Amino acid sequence: MGLDNSITKPYVRTEMVPQKAPPPGTVGPRKWLWDNVFASMLNFTTVGNAITSILMIVLTFGVIFLAWWVAAVLLKFGWQDAIFTGTDGSYCRPEDNKGKVPIGQNIGACWPFITHRFGQFMNGFYPEPERWRIYLTYIIGAPLIAGLLIPSIPRKGLNSILLFVAYPIIATILLSGGNMEIAGSTYIFWAVVFAAILITLFAVEKLTDSKGLFAAGGKVVIAVAIAMFAILFLLDFDFGLEFVETSRWGGLMLTLVIGLVGIVVSLPLGIILALGRRSQMPVVRLASTIFIEVWRGVPLITVLFMSSVMLPLFFAEGVSFDKLIRALIVVALFSSAYMAEVVRGGLQAIPKGQYEGAQALGLSFWQTTNLITMPQALKLVIPGIVNTFIGLFKDTTLVSIIGLYDFLGIQEAALQDTAWLAPTNQMTGFLFMAAVYFMFCFSMSRYSLYTERRLHTGHER
Amino acid sequence: MKKTLLALGLGTAMSVAAAAAATAGTLADVKAKGHVQCGVSQGLPGFSNADAKGNWAGLDVDICRGMAAAIFGDATKVKYTPLSSKERFTALQSGEIDVLSRNTTWTATRDTALGLNFAGVNYYDGQGFMVRKSLGVTSALQLGGAAVCTNTGTTTELNVADYFRANNMKFEVVAFEKSDEVVGAYDKGRCDVYTTDASGLYAQRLKLTNAKDHIVLPEIISKEPLGPVVRQGDDQWFNLVRWTLNAMINAEEMGITSANVESMLTSKNPAVLRLVGKEGSFGENLGVGNDWAYNIIKQVGNYGESFERNVGPKTPLGIARGVNALWSKGGIMYAPPIR
Repeated sequence: MGLDNSITKPYVRTEMVPQKAPPPGTVGPRKWLWDNVFASMLNFTTVGNAITSILMIVLTFGVIFLAWWVAAVLLKFGWQDAIFTGTDGSYCRPEDNKGKVPIGQNIGACWPFITHRFGQFMNGFYPEPERWRIYLTYIIGAPLIAGLLIPSIPRKGLNSILLFVAYPIIATILLSGGNMEIAGSTYIFWAVVFAAILITLFAVEKLTDSKGLFAAGGKVVIAVAIAMFAILFLLDFDFGLEFVETSRWGGLMLTLVIGLVGIVVSLPLGIILALGRRSQMPVVRLASTIFIEVWRGVPLITVLFMSSVMLPLFFAEGVSFDKLIRALIVVALFSSAYMAEVVRGGLQAIPKGQYEGAQALGLSFWQTTNLITMPQALKLVIPGIVNTFIGLFKDTTLVSIIGLYDFLGIQEAALQDTAWLAPTNQMTGFLFMAAVYFMFCFSMSRYSLYTERRLHTGHER
Repeated sequence: MKKTLLALGLGTAMSVAAAAAATAGTLADVKAKGHVQCGVSQGLPGFSNADAKGNWAGLDVDICRGMAAAIFGDATKVKYTPLSSKERFTALQSGEIDVLSRNTTWTATRDTALGLNFAGVNYYDGQGFMVRKSLGVTSALQLGGAAVCTNTGTTTELNVADYFRANNMKFEVVAFEKSDEVVGAYDKGRCDVYTTDASGLYAQRLKLTNAKDHIVLPEIISKEPLGPVVRQGDDQWFNLVRWTLNAMINAEEMGITSANVESMLTSKNPAVLRLVGKEGSFGENLGVGNDWAYNIIKQVGNYGESFERNVGPKTPLGIARGVNALWSKGGIMYAPPIR
């Protein structure tokens, strides 16, 4: 009986089987379409599945139709029927066609309305020969903001001082022209104030026997005083720039001024208010709570009106308080109340153990806040903070009701120019405006997402 | 002044009290600061609107320019404060502006209870109706059963109701908040009639897809005399505003225009000589130079010129003089004589 040779001789494959192409419909666009679009539509195995499938079919084609329809309308309005050249509104009015628009033809977007007034939409009534000052302000500001936003750029501390201390002064002088003719009495007033603080410090040191108080506190007071006088002097100094009163500021530039001041002031003020509201000290807590609730409890439009209509009545006749400054203060305080609640929300989310752990280590309140709780809280509420920023940026359009020509207001004013009365100007303007606002708000939103990803340390879902 | 105020906002509270003490009278204050602070609308075609360069123009603006010409001999020495309709009176009461020239209707309440003085009328407006030509309507009395587009919560809406009820006609109101919405609705055929102030009808008409298909009916159903306003209690300033307007109207009546005012200086007509300041001391009595009216006419023009330039038939608005013609030409524009 012999063994079967074929069993003892092992079969060993020496080369790989060539890979076959995947079956059609499991890779590439077809697979993607199947998985994400069609799979949910073609399941008719049970009644429930059939209903879902039909619903999916309706939704899918509904959305496709809607997208196509919007695109078609926009294209027809903004391109096909649009007017691209012209020097006044009559080019966009079919009635007095200048050989361009036959009577009765559909009129789409009136783009010359935008191009003709582009400078005004950007800068308001700011005198044209002086507009370089606005552009210079942008040019100085852009790298400072970029330097702070991009993590890999070093020297954040110096950058912050330049952006938050030096830049506002430079921008104020550039935009307004400086040379504010600050009265001598103002200098004397502040000199007296600082002297009074120094004397108080000295008296307290002598009376309560707290050694070194005058030496330490005095240094700070003198530094602040020097800075204060330097700022006053700079604002008073005649750089030879023409004075441009704030009533002539306008357009996108005004929107940016109000938006940025609001954003820059509201975050620190909001943090302080949030801490104040959680404070153990009853007076601080009460004051913060009242501030937040009062500002959150009234509509922005009301406060703006108050500042514009009521406030002047409290002053003596002839004293008026710059409208823009009033709007800036209102917008900043208003948004800081919202910011405070956002930040407080973040602080509430920090487990008590974090505070107790910090106390056990012997950290002071400010150390705990700066090193332990606030960084965690702020990281948690980035979406909320940016939400408030975006809301604030868009809320600046409300200042047009107090006669300031922001980006929206300047367009509404332009619509009333006798030379430019035409049927579609308003819609054209809104289209342009929507695009610009979207650009700003979308960038903010993207940056916040980027920051969230960069800072996420295990909380991410 | 403004400069100090900006500084105030930056934390320098004390400087203003001293700067604001001067209240010797509006004219003296205006002369001291070197310009007229003029409250205008945020944009009303033909009355006050800014062009692409930011220069203000319009019938209301010309009053302010005329005042600057009378005071300084330079019509450009005006600064404009655009005001919404809600804040306009406060701005005047608080002294933020020197004169309000903002298509403001002269009413009893405003003249008395609000503490304002109307210095005259520079445009007699009134509520009118616009309809499609295809409707074949020639009078507002044929509008029975019509759907009427108008702005919500305005006197316009109330006037329409009064008018239709008084004439025993049925109607239906289609009201919107903003003028542009009202025009849009009318343009799309949601109503048969569009009603607002007649001057507004002419401006809004240009926003219609086919303006030529619409007509403005002859009936005017309300009185809206528009004019410049000042604070009560400063008669000198009030006089100046009033006579700036009167000088422009008188100039038109006498046929003095910005083009021929030079030759009028040697006119034989004593009334003309009084107006251009060659005789009498009417300027001095107003607290300005005797060539005040000459400067107004030279730099701004007479009332007729201002009308033609801003709202007249040659402008896109194309408003006929109508009731705003001189009294001698069938209208009611009438100015007391200068003597």
